[in-house]
Amino acid sequence: MIEMRDVHKAFGINRVLRGVTLTIPRGESMVIIGGSGTGKSVALKCILGLIRPDTGQILLDGEDVARAERDAFLARFGMLFQGGALFDSLTVWQNVAFRLLRGRLKRPKAQAREIAIEKLRRVGLTPETADLFPAELSGGMQKRVGLARAIAAAPEIIFFDEPTTGLDPIMAGVINELIREIVVEMGATAMTITHDMSSVRAIADKVAMLHNGKIRWTGPVAEMDDSGDPYLTQFITGSAQGPIEAVR
Amino acid sequence: MTFVLAPFAAVGRSTLAMLATIGSVAIYCALTLNHLLRPPFYFREFLSALLAIGYFSLPVVGLTMVFTGGALALQIYAGGARFNAESVVPQIVAIGIVRELGPVLTGLMVAGRVSASIAAEIGTMKVTEQIDALVTLSTNPLKYLTIPRVLAATLVVPLLAAVGDIIGVLGGYLVSTSRLGFTPAVYLTNTWDFLEAADMVSSLAKAAVFGFIVALMGCYHGMNSGRGAQGVGRATTNAVVSSSILILASNYLLTELFF
Ligand SMILES: Nc1ncnc2c1ncn2[C@@H]1O[C@H](COP(=O)(O)OP(=O)(O)OP(=O)(O)O)[C@@H](O)[C@H]1O
Ligand SMILES: [Mg+2]
Repeated sequence: MIEMRDVHKAFGINRVLRGVTLTIPRGESMVIIGGSGTGKSVALKCILGLIRPDTGQILLDGEDVARAERDAFLARFGMLFQGGALFDSLTVWQNVAFRLLRGRLKRPKAQAREIAIEKLRRVGLTPETADLFPAELSGGMQKRVGLARAIAAAPEIIFFDEPTTGLDPIMAGVINELIREIVVEMGATAMTITHDMSSVRAIADKVAMLHNGKIRWTGPVAEMDDSGDPYLTQFITGSAQGPIEAVR
Repeated sequence: MTFVLAPFAAVGRSTLAMLATIGSVAIYCALTLNHLLRPPFYFREFLSALLAIGYFSLPVVGLTMVFTGGALALQIYAGGARFNAESVVPQIVAIGIVRELGPVLTGLMVAGRVSASIAAEIGTMKVTEQIDALVTLSTNPLKYLTIPRVLAATLVVPLLAAVGDIIGVLGGYLVSTSRLGFTPAVYLTNTWDFLEAADMVSSLAKAAVFGFIVALMGCYHGMNSGRGAQGVGRATTNAVVSSSILILASNYLLTELFF
């Protein structure tokens, strides 16, 4: 279980998170929605300790992550970055198998490669892509390699930052199904950021909406449509008219 | 009033910023030294750093030193002629190259080539979140990126400097024998008899320090690169400038220490 308690983060005068409180129960799929630039990616990075919050607490299974042993803590996580963040000096399969080639999960090269190719297949990439370099792939393909890397070591908790952005509708469907599968079959806890409402409906158990640095609304995905919250309703319907300003 | 104080505030601000940078470089340096010989050690990264820093710098260093050695011979001949001491060319070329110009010019050329490319590579990784990705994949960027490069540079720049010394002396030899009328055998004997072990040791020791500085500055500025292409550009410039200045400053201190 992940808990964020009154987390604040500012970059200079830009107050991005202004008291985020959110609980993600174990084994559930939480989707975070919210306008562009509201701090969704920053929130994920705070949990991972890549950005240190100014104030507030983040707990993993009741333990403060700031005090946890870093290696053991990170070994439980997988993360898909918004921009892919593939290592461009390594080939695709070496990227995917990064964790399996070094450190405590190290295994023989042939075996690591096999696992990598299997994970690539699950995100809809052929074995031929395995020996290419990230720079030789399209944007959507890079995204999927990043996804394969995030799930390669079968982590307990997985963060997906916009997994379906830049993918065609069919491939987006495949990825949505994959994320659902990972949560249901492997019992993983997932936290996904997305702007794609069909993706929200496909993968979420719960939805949280971030607005103005706070969680505006959170609840089960089934209650999303008749929440009665004008902000959430405007976001779901994608209307230009409503309480959320278009310029922010 | 603020109008009068503004220049003082500006001086104060940049002084504080400079002190802060010195502090953070020192901390980074201490961290690097602390982790230098502790596992895990990434051997593949170390080998590719050896190749990039050492092997691929050979042409640059070789060309620099052959021309420098040649020019040095001409200058010493011209200077020596003023008090009828033209015959000291081999000895002074050897001393000048081995004790001073070999390690310093090698260090500066490597600073231009290597610290720039390290800073650009690591800076780009930082900007594209690859450093963050490393962390989430349970890999310490200091161990994976910095240590192999710093260790490789510290070990391989002395070798480069040794090759540079030899090529520099060779440059002096070529010019002296072909243009200044020295006999090849005599020139070589004079050079060889004159040099002492201490000269070579100091040359290599200086080069090791310069190698360390170059890689450390490249990594430091890359890791602290600002955002976007502009941030990487600035990191690259800072890496080259700071490593060059540190090389020249530490060269003076080391020379004081050795002689
Ligand atoms: N390292 C950083 N330094 C300074 N400002 C930052 C940094 N990271 C994020 N920000 C700022 O924080 C704000 C939120 O950024 P974030 O990337 O979290 O947005 P987001 O909600 O993920 O948006 P999008 O949906 O477009 O990805 C932005 O205004 C951004 O400029
Ligand atoms: Mg984002």
